[in-house]
Amino acid sequence: MKLRLGPVLYNWDPEAWRDFYFRIADEAPVDTVCVGEVVCSKRLPFVQDLVPEVVERLTAAGKAVVLSSLALVTLERERRQTASLMRDGDLLVEANDVTGLVHLAGRPHAVGPYVNVYNEATLAWLARNGARLVCLPPELPAASIAALASACPDVDLEIWSFGRVPLAISARCYHARLHKLTKDNCQFVCGKDPDGLAADTLDGQAFLSVNGVQTLSSTYANLIGSLAELASMGVTSCRLSPQTCDMVAVANAFRGVADGALDPAEGQHALARICGGISFSNGFLSGDAGVRYQADAIDRITGGPPEAIHGAGLVGG
Amino acid sequence: MELICPAGTPSSLRTAVDAGADAVYCGFRNETNARNFPGLNFSPPELAEGVAYAHRHGAKVLVAINTFPRAGAIGLWHQAVDDAVAAGADALILCDIGLMAYTVERHPNTRLHVSVQAAAANVDAIRFYVERFNAKRVVLPRVLSVPEIAAITRGTTCEVEVFVFGGLCVMAEGRCSLSSYATGLSPNMNGVCSPASHVAYEEMEGTVTSRLGGFTINKFGAGEPAAYPTLCKGRFRTELSTGYIFEDPVSLDAATLLPGLRDAGVTALKIEGRQRSRAYIENVVRSFREALSALDAGRSIPTGALRPMSEGQSNTLGAYRKTWR
Repeated sequence: MKLRLGPVLYNWDPEAWRDFYFRIADEAPVDTVCVGEVVCSKRLPFVQDLVPEVVERLTAAGKAVVLSSLALVTLERERRQTASLMRDGDLLVEANDVTGLVHLAGRPHAVGPYVNVYNEATLAWLARNGARLVCLPPELPAASIAALASACPDVDLEIWSFGRVPLAISARCYHARLHKLTKDNCQFVCGKDPDGLAADTLDGQAFLSVNGVQTLSSTYANLIGSLAELASMGVTSCRLSPQTCDMVAVANAFRGVADGALDPAEGQHALARICGGISFSNGFLSGDAGVRYQADAIDRITGGPPEAIHGAGLVGG
Repeated sequence: MELICPAGTPSSLRTAVDAGADAVYCGFRNETNARNFPGLNFSPPELAEGVAYAHRHGAKVLVAINTFPRAGAIGLWHQAVDDAVAAGADALILCDIGLMAYTVERHPNTRLHVSVQAAAANVDAIRFYVERFNAKRVVLPRVLSVPEIAAITRGTTCEVEVFVFGGLCVMAEGRCSLSSYATGLSPNMNGVCSPASHVAYEEMEGTVTSRLGGFTINKFGAGEPAAYPTLCKGRFRTELSTGYIFEDPVSLDAATLLPGLRDAGVTALKIEGRQRSRAYIENVVRSFREALSALDAGRSIPTGALRPMSEGQSNTLGAYRKTWR
């Protein structure tokens, strides 16, 4: 099982963003690292100049680098940026919208989790178009994942395995709206919430997380207990999506479990420790509500329900 | 501009045609369409009858097969495409790449429209569907302003259809898993959003709480109408404020924008609401037919007539007005 670090989805301080990738390059046992702005084109200028040195450091450390494209392209400026990203470089590009596919046709490329790949016909079509790596939409159940993997064994199939789950993207910026600003004059207030802004229910139950124009789950996806099952289905890569927790430690836990050096239950405990009070979810995998979490591995070693473990145990209702 | 109207049942189809629809869109009674609600939609024979009725009255029928086929079960979606073509549909409204490829290969003469669920929001995305699948029309996602729509129509030969009335997705269509996160059922996979099967209302001490999949979506005080708990139109709490953080319970009404949409080069105007009653459809279709007649005759467009038909009694111009963002 390969580990792929997804792009930072949040508006991090540019130097923190750069230093994060430097540390990943030096310390994290991941095979591939995705770099690029996926959520909001207004943030792009802040990190754009830092991309070359980040790519150089990652490459020198032996990591494969993938450049990720915007998930929602509406403005002419965004369309030109996306086209340029697709055409002008020698790094593998991850298309997060069909916008990119016209430029990538016939060349090896990656397809990100924001492109709707729900069935083997679409996957096969994309593979014929040049897709070599495909990160599937997070809401896909295991039955679909298995069917896709067996239909297209040559595609490197990746599953959203760690981090808040991207649930929606909009033209409207909810961060700006909450700060009573317009999107055009947003003052980049999303930068105040480097791990997302909690949107709880009126009863105070954790539910969603706002990241500018993107809405994510309040839970972190956590499939560390299902790595063997995913591998047996034909899944070849796991996506770890950066949060503000220690992502090197997260990658170490996943690497350990994937290699058999760490028991899945030990991996669960490690993630619970690393993520503090964050709740986990893996319900999409079983076709259940995505928010749910079944921690079989934890049950086995504690003999108790997952609520017993700090950092785990959200039950969606 | 053509007026494209919803039909959830054969009788609604006839009502929409009689009220002045240029085309009616509908779907089959299963998970192949994005309004997979109990008691709605068409069997293949009903569709064939509906097509015959529409054609006799000079209207077209567009069949929405606009969910993403389930891996290992694509046959159901292929059958829907074959049945729609056999019934004489004038176009198929599709969003899935694999299903478009199937349709082009098996039914090369069938007109293909890109569903709003494909969220093709710029000319390169539209070009992808035109070049690869010979798409003739794109239904634009509700994320664009009128000037942006004008720029798109200038940059493509593909016909452009936009929503003008009814329910409003706040998120880019076809890119939203909020519903399945809370309930396990999503628009993309199951053709439902915030499904009634997972909705509960509870009244306590004069306060009505609406829930979806166990999550509180809203609370209503005495005298406040308890709206349906569509997830993105609920009230939530953040450290900054509590309220409708995504969107108020409003509904789209772009009737006042018809001149601008015409000048922007829009080919067709779409009314949302296959789940709506015949009375609703008759009212809305007739109002828009009158508005379009007024527009064609150079008269001013009557406003406000549709307001009582909207959910929550208030309207928005949505993303068509740039400040909405």
